[in-house]
Amino acid sequence: MIAKVVISSENEDFLKKIWNLSGQEITLCDQCGICSGSCPMVSEMDITPSQMMRMVQLGQDEVLESKVMWLCASCFTCTVRCPRGLDLSKVAEALRQVKLRHAIDHIDIKAIPKDELTILPQIALVSACRKFTG
Amino acid sequence: MKIGVYVCHCGGNISEVVDVEKVRSFAETQPNVILARDYSHMCSEMGQQLVLDDIRKNNLDRVVIAACSPQFHEKTFMSTVESANLSPYVFEMANIREQCAWPHFDTPEVATEKAKDLVNVAIAKVTLDEALKKKIMPIGKRVLVIGGGIAGIQASLDLGDAGFKVYLVEKSPSIGGKMAQLSRTFPTEDCAACILSPKMADVPANPNIELHTYTEIEDIKGYLGNYEVTVVKKPRYVDVEKCTACDNCTEVCPVVVPNEFEEGLTSRKAIYLPSPIAVPHAYVLDDKACLGRFPLACNKCYEVCEPGAIDSDQKSEKISFTVDTIIVATGYDIFDAREKKVYGIGNSKNVITALDMERMIVHASEGNPLKPTGKRIAFIQCVGSRDEQVGNEYCSRICCMYATKLSQLLKRSDPKRDVYVFYTDLRAYGKGFEEYYKRAQRTGVKFIRGRVAELIEDSQTKKLTLKVEDTLTRQIIESTFDLVVLSVGLVPNEGTNKIASMLKLAKSPDGFLQEAHPKFRPVDTLSDGVFIAGCVQGPKDIPDTVAQASGAAARAIRLMNKGEYDIAPIIAFVHEDLCDGCGLCIDQCPLGAIIPSKVVSVNEAICRGCGSCIGSCPRDALDLHCYTNDQMLAEVKAALVGKKDGETRILAFADDMTAYRLADNVGTAKMSYSTDVRIIRVPSGSRITPKLMLQAFELGADGILLGESEAKSSPFPHSVATIKNNVSKVRDILKEENIEPERVRYAEFVTVMLGGFVNQINNLSDFAKKSSPISDQQRKTLLKNLESRLQAIITKRKQWLKIQMKYSLTNSGR
Repeated sequence: MIAKVVISSENEDFLKKIWNLSGQEITLCDQCGICSGSCPMVSEMDITPSQMMRMVQLGQDEVLESKVMWLCASCFTCTVRCPRGLDLSKVAEALRQVKLRHAIDHIDIKAIPKDELTILPQIALVSACRKFTG
Repeated sequence: MKIGVYVCHCGGNISEVVDVEKVRSFAETQPNVILARDYSHMCSEMGQQLVLDDIRKNNLDRVVIAACSPQFHEKTFMSTVESANLSPYVFEMANIREQCAWPHFDTPEVATEKAKDLVNVAIAKVTLDEALKKKIMPIGKRVLVIGGGIAGIQASLDLGDAGFKVYLVEKSPSIGGKMAQLSRTFPTEDCAACILSPKMADVPANPNIELHTYTEIEDIKGYLGNYEVTVVKKPRYVDVEKCTACDNCTEVCPVVVPNEFEEGLTSRKAIYLPSPIAVPHAYVLDDKACLGRFPLACNKCYEVCEPGAIDSDQKSEKISFTVDTIIVATGYDIFDAREKKVYGIGNSKNVITALDMERMIVHASEGNPLKPTGKRIAFIQCVGSRDEQVGNEYCSRICCMYATKLSQLLKRSDPKRDVYVFYTDLRAYGKGFEEYYKRAQRTGVKFIRGRVAELIEDSQTKKLTLKVEDTLTRQIIESTFDLVVLSVGLVPNEGTNKIASMLKLAKSPDGFLQEAHPKFRPVDTLSDGVFIAGCVQGPKDIPDTVAQASGAAARAIRLMNKGEYDIAPIIAFVHEDLCDGCGLCIDQCPLGAIIPSKVVSVNEAICRGCGSCIGSCPRDALDLHCYTNDQMLAEVKAALVGKKDGETRILAFADDMTAYRLADNVGTAKMSYSTDVRIIRVPSGSRITPKLMLQAFELGADGILLGESEAKSSPFPHSVATIKNNVSKVRDILKEENIEPERVRYAEFVTVMLGGFVNQINNLSDFAKKSSPISDQQRKTLLKNLESRLQAIITKRKQWLKIQMKYSLTNSGR
């Protein structure tokens, strides 16, 4: 089933956010797809790098639910080949930052029993929180 | 001196706002004005008659008309004045409609005051006007066409047919250019060689065309009507007249080298016919490949040549001639795909360029294929185009359609072939192109939207696997092909650089030559009498090239046909008593119009009257007719004389091409702006020297705005740099005297930026009002400051010239 997608002026905010964070002129992407063809990780991805760029262009923050930016190996192959001179790894990094800033706790510290808390090394708790929430 | 002033009502347009009677009576009181009249429509026949009668009866020798903008009726009144046997240049207009009545309609009193000022400015200028005449220059009917591709051929034939003498110079041994190599032309699929060869044959048949093949331009000097050209004809070692193209020499020649015409897919001998349709149809001896003429190493060709056409004593020959105009049609090179390493051309034997494919198709259709194409063929688009990684931002325009052509020719000749075209965007913009694309789709060619990322050759089978995203389905395709064709883009021709620097032609950012105006002068250049045609200006297909070539020929004919041309006397000149030959001005002129000598002089045929050079002279020795230093100062004085205590005055120097017209457009739109501004028309903002700006401040100006055309559409693209330089000099001096440097500004305008103009004026006026007023003491010291700086420049320059003379770094006698 093909779902209808609404693109409203609010979508612009997401585009601007990624634009500012990455420093890349996202709208310059002309969707040639050379990034996807070049990507060594593309076979593991749910959407292709060029699709990631398209969704950011349209301001669709659903892109944050994809795996693409987590699978990006930052190998820069797309960056050196992009005919418009865009740095896709910076865009992926921006998406990771936005996702991490949502600060979703993967560990509910309150739920950990007190006796276990006392034996857990403090650094383990800190790193567990940092890793997933930034 | 007898000046007549006429104030126009413009049928109410002016008189409903401006008090015409006040302006008229003001004008009457000015020195040298013997009469001042007002009339409802000065531009009408009656109005013009009024002026004519006054010139005759009252012996007027100067005329000022206060009416609309000069862009509407300057020409009208100039011819009125001319018909009364006065010079058309002893006439000025005061623009009291677009600059007073319309923008200041809500403040009629101020508008009237401003109108008085503008009339005063016009009177000040007309008082110092010189009775100049239009300069008539003779011009002949000789044209140099550089490049013998289809553009050069078309231009030469048009000019030759019209009775003009054409020198067609081509560096390779045959004319025909790249088109001669093509298989068929899109979208009509005419055989390229078949339609081109009759045109090529027409060239030597035309009595007006002098064809020089195997010839390179060595030097071009001069200007419109007098370009001195030196060419070098390379030795061909074959007498073109005697050679019968019998092919005996080729048969015996033992040297085998790659054939350039076949893109190296076949070989040729050291003595060869450049192409099957070569014109002139004669053999050439390749000096580098031949076993040797000195000492005679082989001599086989000489022995078999029955007509005795081979002449091993031929020397390169220098030929000089003079022409009146030049058409540059040096064409393009194809992008060197080796730069795009990822596609592996040169390493993989089954990766070829589209031009290779053109030759392969020609030979296949003749029944002797050059190499097997295999069953599966892929075209990769945008190789070297639209790619910042190789530095080419532009679209090469023809690759989409030639790939559409080649792919369907391949598919149709063998429907069992699989032909794929991998494209970025498919651009079928021309006449019949979309239909042709549809035909290819119907033939069964697969078009896949995606830029090929990788191409990997199998070391055993030599087959090629390419990897690409189908961006429409978001699938990654990895597929194997027998042959991959790179649709290479077009790049500027290597040889053009030399010609561009000889003729002082500008390049656009893509590296191709820049036309004089992107819309209205597409085949002109900013060098008078030099035109461009074909791909030297940018990638284009054959019909566009031919249209441009005919256009260039017509533009050249337009200049030459009358046998004379006139130039406006607005050109720079030198006050010989002031010039000391220091030569600081010489590099300031991008056209090279200033001739260095003990006292410099200006080549009147080259100078276009921008005035950029004037500010570079530390001794005020340079000047510009119609806008002389004295006139400019008088205008500034007149514009500021009406300033009352507590008032602010902004001077806007507006270039004739854009800023002045923009001010007119603002007026026409009845957009109001600060009434503090007085607009003075100049050929270019670069005419305004630092000295004049400082003089304006001394005389009471509170701010100065230099309005200039955007460099890309300006007749003087260099002027913005000069303006920046002049403005920064003035700002430095203002800073030293504790005056806000922001009081001097410049802006690049286009004629539709109405709001931008209003903002610039209002901002500057507000800024001047907010800042603390400039004291009389400050105003007086400005010029002294400049004077000491100029003295320093003169001293330094003298020292430098001495060093130059001592070590003879210069060969001029300065």
